[in-house]
Amino acid sequence: MSWEPVIGLEIHAQLQTKSKIFSGASTAFGSEPNTQACIIDLGMPGVLPVLNREAVRMAIAFGLAIGARVAPRSIFARKNYFYPDLPKGYQISQYEIPIVGKGSVRILLDDGTVKEIGVTRAHLEEDAGKSLHEDFHGMSGIDLNRAGTPLLEIVSEPDMRSAKEAIAYMKTIHALVRYLRICDGNMQEGSFRCDANVSVRRRGDPIFGTRCEIKNVNSFRFVERAINFEIERQIDVIESGGRVDQETRLYDPDGNETRTMRSKEEANDYRYFPDPDLLPVVVDDALVAAVRESLPELPEARRERFMAQYALSAYDAGVLTAGRELADYYESTVAAANGEGKLAANWVMGDLAAFLNREGREITDSPVTPAMLGALVNRIADQTISGTIAKKVFELMWNGEGDPDAVIARHGLKQVTDTGAIEKAIAEVMAANPQQLAQYRSGKDKLFGFFVGQVMRKMQGKASPEQLNALLRDKLAP
Amino acid sequence: MSKFHTMTVARIAAGLRRREFSSVEVTRSFLDRIASLDGRLNSFITVTPELALAAAKAADARIGGGEAVTALTGVPYAHKDIFCTKGVRTSCGSRMLENFIAPYDATVTRHFRDAGMVMLGKTNMDEFAMGSSNETSYFGPVHNPWDLQRVPGGSSGGSAAAVAARISPFATGTDTGGSIRQPAALCGITGIKPTYGAVSRFGMIAFASSLDQGGPMAVTAEDAALVLNVMAGNDPRDSTSVEREKEDYARLLDAPLRGLRVGMPKEYFGSDGLDPRVGAAVHAAAAELVSLGASLVEVSLPNSELSIPAYYVVAPAECSSNLSRFDGVRYGYRCKEPRDLMDLFCRSRGEGFGAEVKRRIMIGTYALSAGYYDAYYLQALKVRRLIRNDFDAAFNQCDVILGPTSPTTAFRIGEKTDDPVTMYLSDIYTIAVNLAGLPGMSIPCGFADGLPVGLQIIGRHFDEARMLNVAHQYQQATDWHTRLPAPFA
Repeated sequence: MSWEPVIGLEIHAQLQTKSKIFSGASTAFGSEPNTQACIIDLGMPGVLPVLNREAVRMAIAFGLAIGARVAPRSIFARKNYFYPDLPKGYQISQYEIPIVGKGSVRILLDDGTVKEIGVTRAHLEEDAGKSLHEDFHGMSGIDLNRAGTPLLEIVSEPDMRSAKEAIAYMKTIHALVRYLRICDGNMQEGSFRCDANVSVRRRGDPIFGTRCEIKNVNSFRFVERAINFEIERQIDVIESGGRVDQETRLYDPDGNETRTMRSKEEANDYRYFPDPDLLPVVVDDALVAAVRESLPELPEARRERFMAQYALSAYDAGVLTAGRELADYYESTVAAANGEGKLAANWVMGDLAAFLNREGREITDSPVTPAMLGALVNRIADQTISGTIAKKVFELMWNGEGDPDAVIARHGLKQVTDTGAIEKAIAEVMAANPQQLAQYRSGKDKLFGFFVGQVMRKMQGKASPEQLNALLRDKLAP
Repeated sequence: MSKFHTMTVARIAAGLRRREFSSVEVTRSFLDRIASLDGRLNSFITVTPELALAAAKAADARIGGGEAVTALTGVPYAHKDIFCTKGVRTSCGSRMLENFIAPYDATVTRHFRDAGMVMLGKTNMDEFAMGSSNETSYFGPVHNPWDLQRVPGGSSGGSAAAVAARISPFATGTDTGGSIRQPAALCGITGIKPTYGAVSRFGMIAFASSLDQGGPMAVTAEDAALVLNVMAGNDPRDSTSVEREKEDYARLLDAPLRGLRVGMPKEYFGSDGLDPRVGAAVHAAAAELVSLGASLVEVSLPNSELSIPAYYVVAPAECSSNLSRFDGVRYGYRCKEPRDLMDLFCRSRGEGFGAEVKRRIMIGTYALSAGYYDAYYLQALKVRRLIRNDFDAAFNQCDVILGPTSPTTAFRIGEKTDDPVTMYLSDIYTIAVNLAGLPGMSIPCGFADGLPVGLQIIGRHFDEARMLNVAHQYQQATDWHTRLPAPFA
């Protein structure tokens, strides 16, 4: 029997406004507990919310980026439930009329095909605080710094058919919100969180199976694992004659399993109703036009442009456009490298990425600037240095030795193209290795590489590889 | 100079500006009256003599220095205990907030403070403003100065009693379904519920957010206008506060009433619940306005009988959500030795709230529940629209609407406490005004067996100045508002 998973995601993206969605308190992460909660965030008696216009602009930007209709008039509603870190006893959210309506994104799958995933809606809401259960001797501590942080909840259609597709969708949204500079995408700090709705059905069945919601999985890897575990679990339940119950489940990354959190019967009745403290959010054409004007080139368009303009593969273009800063860096590098697109791509995705990764740095924090890397690419292209020497130059630049020309000059790394110098080195190597020379001449071609290495070493790597190859082949010939 | 209690706010303010007397003298005099008389009324929950005298001294210095004196600098007042006052207990009449010291000032409180006015203390009220008799207060009932066995009305009962007994020159109130106007009527004073959005709700502990509105309670319409000038104005911290130019609510007080069209809703008269003596007093007041040059027009408010059921869905629904924050976690009452989280929530709320508050939370929770929302809450919103349409149509024919404020005079303490529905009916004439967001006021228009009768004047949106003009002209021609209950003379 063949089973088909059906997956929809609810993504919570924390909007990177300076202040909270309904108060003037700061949204900065990591402060001492309860130092960034004002009387409004604390839900003091008598306080009232005032909407942060910047959060509205950010939601509009997202709506435009996914081709959705932005509601000219959307409504904030109260979602009522009791929880210690929910100060007012209700969360201000949007229910019947969200600010962003139906839209879609296109995801790129591993086999290079593109799939369109529907976005049902995206709405603004406030985050709750945090309950801290350690260090309080059997009691719980409440930190309300996060309370009132603006969130954009992005709800997808159940359009995904595998964990891989779900991750591709999640990464697409992740890249998009970061491109738009509306969310920092930091999953460790909880700025980008995901709930997954998963069901399975027999392939070909037009009706969806009963779904389970997996709450709050906080890395791409865990989302993939949690979904895969849940798919297997549901198939097992059905194949052993059971029935999947609609419920909310929690993923445990340590045991790699999902566990029941609450059943449908235990689900809250949130008693949504329009928040009488807030007026409808009115978005006029002028505001939409202004936000549209400020939109950057979006990842998909940029990926296609990179392929056309710089002759990159879909894969390379995809990697380079996954982040706006990375794509900006790449384009600046190409500009400095006289349009050497492919070579620049190799360096950005290769050595630069490896160095950044090793030191845990962001691209914006690279000691090697695009101008420096572009110049390095130029020196390779004009054969001032070889690719191998370039790696050394790169490392020296990374360590703060300045632009490539200075580094090359200071360390005497300029490629040697003087035929006489290379021939002299070849003669010395041949004299020093008579046995290998004899073997080569008797047909052991593989030893050619040995001679290349020896000569290169003698020349401290500075010989032009092409020249060295040609001369060596000539001299070694019997 | 100990007759301050017979002076209006306007008179005290003028005397202070002319330095006939000091704010400290006036303040002391009222603090003395509170100390000697409030034992009989229980109109204050908290009296703040030290703060009041300090504020009075500062006001005197301000007047003496001639710097930035406002119209009411140095005038004392009593503040309903629903407005947050920084550093002073703000109880909302509830055990839940019995020990709650507000960490901030309500916008209205700040306006008074900035104007250099002197708060005498915080007045008693129905718990969380839910009640029409002041009997639901955790701090005990308030007694009507005209008959201590009777209620002062509610929820702003402490404020009404304090002004009626002249132990404060004026007081603040809040009005969700009649909580300023009904106690004003039952105590024989003047009270205004402004247009929704005219006075900031920031720092005014919410009962029903779409209906709540703060306003002044005073002896005369002129005083009410002067106080409203201080209270009203756009507040960026309240999204429902309306952006309008600051206006002088007293600007039309002296305008003649010639040409004024007074609407008399036929539905307001001849109903079973209306005490005929109240009806007669209202008709007599209408005749007085005619003698001042106004004309009467019969108008119809056909959906007014639906206002009570609509109100008792909308207001409890909003209150059930507004009062969720009182959970024993961050401030306010917390039960002893909670076993677990659920126990903390349930017992803190169960023990901290009184019966009427719990009744309304239950009604509201039910009305918002899945499966009932459309039948109750949405239906009530539709009725609300109809009621507003009724008023819009009526105001095509008239400039103000006249009627009774309350169907009866003050009833006895305990008389209606076992029958909430009868209690709810005492707000029949006031509730529709809140549902429509209109301004309304009550002024004294006579007595029945020694108890005051209230006349309600309803205006168009933001037409407070016209409403106050009618009230002031009526008060120039009558003396009901100047009478004092004998024990407090």
